[in-house]
Amino acid sequence: MKKDIILSGVGGQGILTIATVIGMAALSEGYQLKQAEVHGMSQRGGDVQSHLRLSSRPIASDLIPEGTADMILSVEPLESLRYFNMLDTENGWLISSINPFKNISNYPDLEDILAEIWKLPRHVTLDADQVAKDLGSVKAANIVILGAASPYLGLKYESLENAIRNLFAKKGEAMVELNLNALKKGREMAEEKSK
Amino acid sequence: MDKLLLLGDEAIAQGAIDAGLSGVFAYPGTPSTEITEYIQGSEEAKNRKIASVWSANEKTAMETAIGMSYAGKRALVCMKHVGLNVAADAFINSAITGANGGLVVVSADDPSMHSSQNEQDSRFYGKFAQIPTLEPSNQQEAYDMTRYGFELSEKFGTPVLLRITTRLSHSRSGVERKEMLLQNNMSLPGDLKQFILLPSIARKRYDGLISKQIAFREDSENSGNIKFFDGKDKSMGIIACGIAYNYLMENFSEEEIPYPVLKIGQYPISKAQIKKLYNLVDSILVMEEGYPIIEELLRGYLDEGKPIKGRMDGTLPRVGELNPNLAGRALGKKVSTGFEIPKVTKPRPPLLCDGCSHWDSFEAINAVMKDYTPGRVFSDIGCYTLSALPPLESINSCVDMGASITMAVGATEAGLVPAVAAIGDSTFTHSGMTGLLDAVIRKVPVTVVIMDNATTAMTGGQDSAAFGKLEDIVKGLGVEEDHIRIVTPLRRLHEENVKVFKEEIAYQGVSVIITRRECVQTLSRRMKLKHAKKGLENVAQ
Repeated sequence: MKKDIILSGVGGQGILTIATVIGMAALSEGYQLKQAEVHGMSQRGGDVQSHLRLSSRPIASDLIPEGTADMILSVEPLESLRYFNMLDTENGWLISSINPFKNISNYPDLEDILAEIWKLPRHVTLDADQVAKDLGSVKAANIVILGAASPYLGLKYESLENAIRNLFAKKGEAMVELNLNALKKGREMAEEKSK
Repeated sequence: MDKLLLLGDEAIAQGAIDAGLSGVFAYPGTPSTEITEYIQGSEEAKNRKIASVWSANEKTAMETAIGMSYAGKRALVCMKHVGLNVAADAFINSAITGANGGLVVVSADDPSMHSSQNEQDSRFYGKFAQIPTLEPSNQQEAYDMTRYGFELSEKFGTPVLLRITTRLSHSRSGVERKEMLLQNNMSLPGDLKQFILLPSIARKRYDGLISKQIAFREDSENSGNIKFFDGKDKSMGIIACGIAYNYLMENFSEEEIPYPVLKIGQYPISKAQIKKLYNLVDSILVMEEGYPIIEELLRGYLDEGKPIKGRMDGTLPRVGELNPNLAGRALGKKVSTGFEIPKVTKPRPPLLCDGCSHWDSFEAINAVMKDYTPGRVFSDIGCYTLSALPPLESINSCVDMGASITMAVGATEAGLVPAVAAIGDSTFTHSGMTGLLDAVIRKVPVTVVIMDNATTAMTGGQDSAAFGKLEDIVKGLGVEEDHIRIVTPLRRLHEENVKVFKEEIAYQGVSVIITRRECVQTLSRRMKLKHAKKGLENVAQ
């Protein structure tokens, strides 16, 4: 098993929470992992990314080599484009929300962005904000995206559920439920789309 | 023991705690901040009463650590690479005094300048100070080498430098802990004159340091931190330092590496080991994260030996951080490139947060400065440096911590009147106070704006040494009370704030305007904590 995942978004959007859930799930299944994060200046509303590598064998590099990522998992559509060069052209999946985070004056037309994503051979796009809102809080949008990615992660669904339970336990049962629902709904939508 | 999932920084912190650390001394700086934060948050560190309060700057941190080492206990100093410039006086001289309790200095370099003004390589500082330097390639080595650093430091009575780079600082992986050692008891150096660097003593101490160099090299040879792996293909040998080794090995994850490899994790490097590789192969590829230090040594001035490849001949880029693809290309491997990045993609630079007080401070500065010719606002290092970018475009300099004030002083001495300095509260107590004293003594027409958001914001909201003390400090340095003005940077107060700025910028002497409003990030964190506590109380009732 080897999964190399690029997580992308804007500083403050919670990509590290996604990374933590996947990381906890992977560890519980006995995989090794390396996860490179962005700290510092870019966290102030700039583009941020994390390289998350899971493997049943020792992992050498903290960074994923260009053109070999199994997945780009993005909580923002423009940010998903930035890492197209990282994706494996033969097998790579792109999972992205369609909810733009507009903090630059020259933000491109959303339609142009989505057109680029839809050109890729393997992609899932979804309105994660709306799904999360319907479930009770837009804050769970990142976990909706994670749910949509879950069929392609090579991890057991139960492992992700357990990781969410552990991670959100201290925030109360309501938060655990919200995020479990978000995970489930995201997964259902991805499976629906791939039919 | 179960593995811990730790950032490289956190592995260093855990390694130091487990090595019997008694104090960590640091000023926040990306990518080194998480080392100290981890120790501050550690229950074990609390139980062991490990000192971990932030220092005012890297120099005071270094000196405090030397003091702890003098008293026989193990001390860790952490900083970003440019912080070592600030601490350099104490650092270089600590090599002459030597260490009593173990003294490990961590310098975190930032190749590619993700959050820095340059990409200087701290290994040069190790060579400059002539002390042993360690360079881990992964999180486990970061843990192990920190422990080893303390051992090495006490074995030779020398400070030890540990160098990491951004990628390792901020990447997580499993780390296995070893047994926890006891802290040292207090014990003063056997020679109570050892730390007095009067010329007569310093000369002897320096002779001692020089005579240790052979032992340092021998230790590099025997510590296991330099490893040789033989390979069948002798057309090329590879020297890989620190994290560069991982990028090399990533290119051979499916096959055995055919070339002999020397993996380097400790300096000064052993000549015997280099020579062994050199004699074995036809050419050498050097992979280093940072400056081409080993490569330059190998080439020598005339570069007439066997062909050397690396950053100096274009095999690898001369600047910036390495990665698996750059390593692959240097090895002549076919490298995949993925999909093309769509042309519609636009850059998203960092910017000040919504509601940040700096917006209002700089809008006031902009409103006043539009009456003068441009190029008069000197700034400093912090979130507010982002005011250089559109839409604000307020500032004209950012050089090093504290330089806003002193550069403004120098510019007024050249006739640029008025000149404004814009500096944060934490940067001011780091290195701005002495510059303000210069300004007062020179009686120059400079307006210093201290943007007080009550925290060290850029690095994530650490305590600011300036908290609650700014007015007293400024007064104490001799700024006239009438020209110390305090305003609240809020949009609705823009007009009155502009009036204050106008008056003080027109004043023909030193004036200080403190714009005071808490950082929105720390404020929202504080509020969340308050709500969480309230929630718990409600549950308890």
